[in-house]
Amino acid sequence: MTIKLDRAIAVGTPLPAREFNVDRKMLVMYCGACGDFAPTHWNERIARSVGLPDVIAHGGVIMAKTLQAVTDWVGDPGAVVDCRAQFSRPLVVPDDDVGAMLRVTGVVEEKLDHQRVVIRLNAESGGQPVLSAALAVVRLS
Amino acid sequence: MTLNRDFIGRTLPPGEIYEVSREKIREYALALDDTNPVYLDREAAGAVGHSDVIAPPTFAHVVLFRLGGWPLYDPDFGKQTQPVCVHRLARVVHHRPIQAGDRLVLTTTVDDIHDIGPHEQFVLTSEIAAADGEPVCTVVSHIVSRGTAAPKGVAR
Repeated sequence: MTIKLDRAIAVGTPLPAREFNVDRKMLVMYCGACGDFAPTHWNERIARSVGLPDVIAHGGVIMAKTLQAVTDWVGDPGAVVDCRAQFSRPLVVPDDDVGAMLRVTGVVEEKLDHQRVVIRLNAESGGQPVLSAALAVVRLS
Repeated sequence: MTLNRDFIGRTLPPGEIYEVSREKIREYALALDDTNPVYLDREAAGAVGHSDVIAPPTFAHVVLFRLGGWPLYDPDFGKQTQPVCVHRLARVVHHRPIQAGDRLVLTTTVDDIHDIGPHEQFVLTSEIAAADGEPVCTVVSHIVSRGTAAPKGVAR
């Protein structure tokens, strides 16, 4: 389902909260699709050798799944004109059938000119934020 | 080993062209378990005003990994072969969506390299444009090279 936005949308409007599974299969597929084969995203031995508890998700995976909360809401992903995030904590993806659960919330924070709005985003896993200063600027239709 | 700060301000001009295909967009979206029809179906993309399927907002990273090895793999840059580099911040400004059929070129600039405690951070700006010069998107990446900063003197 998509929601057609309009100019009347108010500051403070929340986006539907979302939960996304990030599992090992997604990381392997993302390695191939993106071309980022850094071993910390698929090799536990190497991840542990550099001080990580286990394999971690690509920053691009975290950012993409967080933005999906926006693009599913707005319908047309082409409406996203600016997006940014700081990766504040690794998203550890255990080798089990569940992986990590990424919980994403967002709220319309500000209205800009040219029918654009700023959406402040939060992404957390296990009660800990994995992104900070995450936002998307969306052009409304 | 520290990163080579002579790279600050250097720019690598466009080289190869990246040709965006519908199948690559599909592969990327499905890897992310994102089945938005605007990524997968020309009719759905057309219904919201795009002339072909468009790519997810983070697709620029595919272009960066295909064309953007510089300066990480330049031996003079000094990046260690151990996986010590982690992505700290990403920003993508879209002048328009990337879409199937695009022929893209990349220009990369090293904006800064500085210490953060025991680590170093380098800042890259990657301008992705159509081969005819039309700006498409700008990617800013802050990447931390863990533990590679020069020692800050001896504690007594």
